[in-house]
Amino acid sequence: MTSRGHTFAGDERDSISLAIVGSGGAGALTVGALLLDVAARAGWYGLMTRSVGPQIRGGEAAALLRLAAVPVECMAASFDLIIAIDWRNAGRFAAEMPLSRDGLAVGDPRGGEVPEAIMASGAERIDIPMKDMAKNIPDGRPNMIALGIAAGLLGLPQAALFEVMEKRLADKGKGAVAASRTAIEAGFSEAGTIKRTFRLAAPDRDGAGRWLITGNEATGLGAVRGGIRFAAAYPITPATEILEWLAPVLSGLGGALVQAEDELGSVNMAIGASFGGKPALTATSGPGLALMIESLGLATAAEVPILIIDVMRGGPSTGIPTKSEQSDLNIAVYGCHGDAPHIVVAPLSVGDCLFTTQWAVHLAEATQTPAIVLSDQFLGQARAVIDRPADVAFLATRRVAERSSENAYCRYAVTADGVSPMALPGMAGGQYTADGLTHNSAGLPSSQAHDHHDQLAKRRRKIEGFAYGHHWANIEGDGDVALLTWGSLTGAAREAQRQLAAQGIATRLVALRLLSPLQTEALAEALTGAERVLVIEQSEGAQFHRHLRAQCDLPGEVRRLSRAGPRLIGPEEICAAVRQWRS
Amino acid sequence: MASPEPPRFKPADYKSATKPVWCPGCGDFHVLMSVTRALAELNVAPEQVAVISGIGCSSRIPAYTSCYGFHGVHGRSLALGAGLKVARPDLTVLVMSGDGDGFSIGGNHFLHACRRNIDMTYIVMDNRVYGMTKGQPSPTTEPDWDSALSPGGTGLRPFHPLVIALASGANFVARAFSGLPNETAAIMVEAVRHPGFSFVEILSPCVTFRPDEHDWKGLVHAAPVAATDDPARAARRIMTDDGFNLGVLYRGDRRPYEAPASSAIVDVEALDREFEL
Repeated sequence: MTSRGHTFAGDERDSISLAIVGSGGAGALTVGALLLDVAARAGWYGLMTRSVGPQIRGGEAAALLRLAAVPVECMAASFDLIIAIDWRNAGRFAAEMPLSRDGLAVGDPRGGEVPEAIMASGAERIDIPMKDMAKNIPDGRPNMIALGIAAGLLGLPQAALFEVMEKRLADKGKGAVAASRTAIEAGFSEAGTIKRTFRLAAPDRDGAGRWLITGNEATGLGAVRGGIRFAAAYPITPATEILEWLAPVLSGLGGALVQAEDELGSVNMAIGASFGGKPALTATSGPGLALMIESLGLATAAEVPILIIDVMRGGPSTGIPTKSEQSDLNIAVYGCHGDAPHIVVAPLSVGDCLFTTQWAVHLAEATQTPAIVLSDQFLGQARAVIDRPADVAFLATRRVAERSSENAYCRYAVTADGVSPMALPGMAGGQYTADGLTHNSAGLPSSQAHDHHDQLAKRRRKIEGFAYGHHWANIEGDGDVALLTWGSLTGAAREAQRQLAAQGIATRLVALRLLSPLQTEALAEALTGAERVLVIEQSEGAQFHRHLRAQCDLPGEVRRLSRAGPRLIGPEEICAAVRQWRS
Repeated sequence: MASPEPPRFKPADYKSATKPVWCPGCGDFHVLMSVTRALAELNVAPEQVAVISGIGCSSRIPAYTSCYGFHGVHGRSLALGAGLKVARPDLTVLVMSGDGDGFSIGGNHFLHACRRNIDMTYIVMDNRVYGMTKGQPSPTTEPDWDSALSPGGTGLRPFHPLVIALASGANFVARAFSGLPNETAAIMVEAVRHPGFSFVEILSPCVTFRPDEHDWKGLVHAAPVAATDDPARAARRIMTDDGFNLGVLYRGDRRPYEAPASSAIVDVEALDREFEL
């Protein structure tokens, strides 16, 4: 197949990071997706994110991949390999993909200038005329040449590559498949002339049974597994894929997805459907959540369970729609006027989007309270190879009223745990008016102090007294240094923990899945004995740190590693912060 | 045709014991009366009816019925109603609103509810004033109506809900007057029975902030011609009438909204296959 020349000493690596770049429409993302698929089938784990500009077409696009023999939950700080179908526009995100010192850039010499930022480390550069090579193949496309080069350098099996490519291009016809085969072969043999290889430790088995899934898909799957059967949608980056995935699935399950005129409409449609007894959700991002907030308070006051998924992006205002941040924590927890306690959870990895969303459906329905899932652009749009997620039993189980001829039905009856059986339209004798006005236990408007106090207290009781079990956080390891984080930075913190352990520094990782109500006692227990607590979050305003400090004291010395996106906090940065602290 | 089901319910069966907050003489009392008469005529059990509203004097109506009700936030009643009706097509859904709630803060939902054509009935009690906040001009208020908030009048052209509804695709358009509860009830019955989105504007005087609206009683009259099925003709008639034509003004035959049904019945376990390597 390919002749291999000189390889660097110790060239078998723990993980390999590579980027495929090209102008929008050049097919860089297709190349990335196919590489990830082939690597996954061969038994490696991997993660792919994409970097795209605001343009719909003709802008820049990059597929960023990291492959390893163990599960991959975050990107590395620098890249080993960059393959450029062309370099045009790559400068706009060159800062996101610096090459490591022994890295390699392969690009088309006629495809524009190589951005300096990428080559700043002094990495090697090799020119391959992909466009000209593609011209010699009828219907050949330069991105398939790039795919062949990448697969060749990584040592991915050619036959498996053909298989996934053929599946992917099946609807483009036999001509396109044949042209792509020829182009991939050309790329492979070109890779053979390069005296460099990028080899991963061999996987211990093939990828059969594992999953290849994005966070947004996993979120949708978790929602329907939990029992969601209605969704109201208004498109917004980066949440739209959840809604697009749900549309046919909900129809197939006898439910429905309705596209609303705006987010004010979508959240209220979800509330209306849930009032009718159908577990319901909407998915959005920061600007949409801001519009939904008044009705979030309505759902809290009227005790109608709904799920709002917020796939966070850079804010405030329109912010950076295509990039990740953890800066919606404040609005999610504290956005409502009045005292409106509700549930806020965050998935800890791409795969955990499934569990956390399914759990959130259960929590919302069991407590008749809205729940917000704070995913983010990184988790939502990243595609990962994951072990098959465990089946969990969390389902929508709403306490529904049963017909009684003895007592007049009181929708908002004050109960010990705060949850009052909910009558569903159609049940005779259960008629009531759900109301955002302060009401008495029968649901009738009241401005009396005791009704206000009783109802506020019962609503708080519902979620503060709920038994969340051990799912409130992932706690891993032990050590007098604690890495305290939440949501999507968990993967980076976990990898930092491994790297630090290899350097003899033991840490404990406390990653919060349940942000509100904050489990202060459990958190205090998890941090017992910690002498240093590093609070890690992707927010310029340190929203997580402030959220914690407003409600509990953290033990020992506390520092924070908090900064804005879009460049994500990575393991190297966390390790550096810990090492610096200890020196 | 099957013989009609014998009536099981009386208008009183749809009324709750709760005393309305409305001022004495408010037109909305009569609208409530019309709703109970219409539901009795429709012979639908109270628990099969949901009355959905937003914020304002008129939006207090759900709790005065014995049906299921939802008194939501300002302007969003149509969205609540849409979600409920799609989720529970078995229910009779009445969305009840006012001119401020429905045409100002809720204006966008009005346009898209007409377009979407879900099988529900939208009843707006139009008194051309914000009453609950004590007398500010609404989208249907005359431009020269003086108020503390807009001294000398807004100078703005009034919103024309019936024409907007036609232009946006409502399937049934009617105007009623609260002071004629039997006629209003008959229009409501027809509106509920008509497939798709039915819009009924009810002139319902605010005797507190718009005492001039007492005069409506002498101004209203039955529309001189029967309803048309041509929206352009209906719009021309409505734009050129005196604003007091009562009755069904337009009946369309657009197909009501149906949630897209999938031919393949998916079961949840089968969804895993999409992601398995």
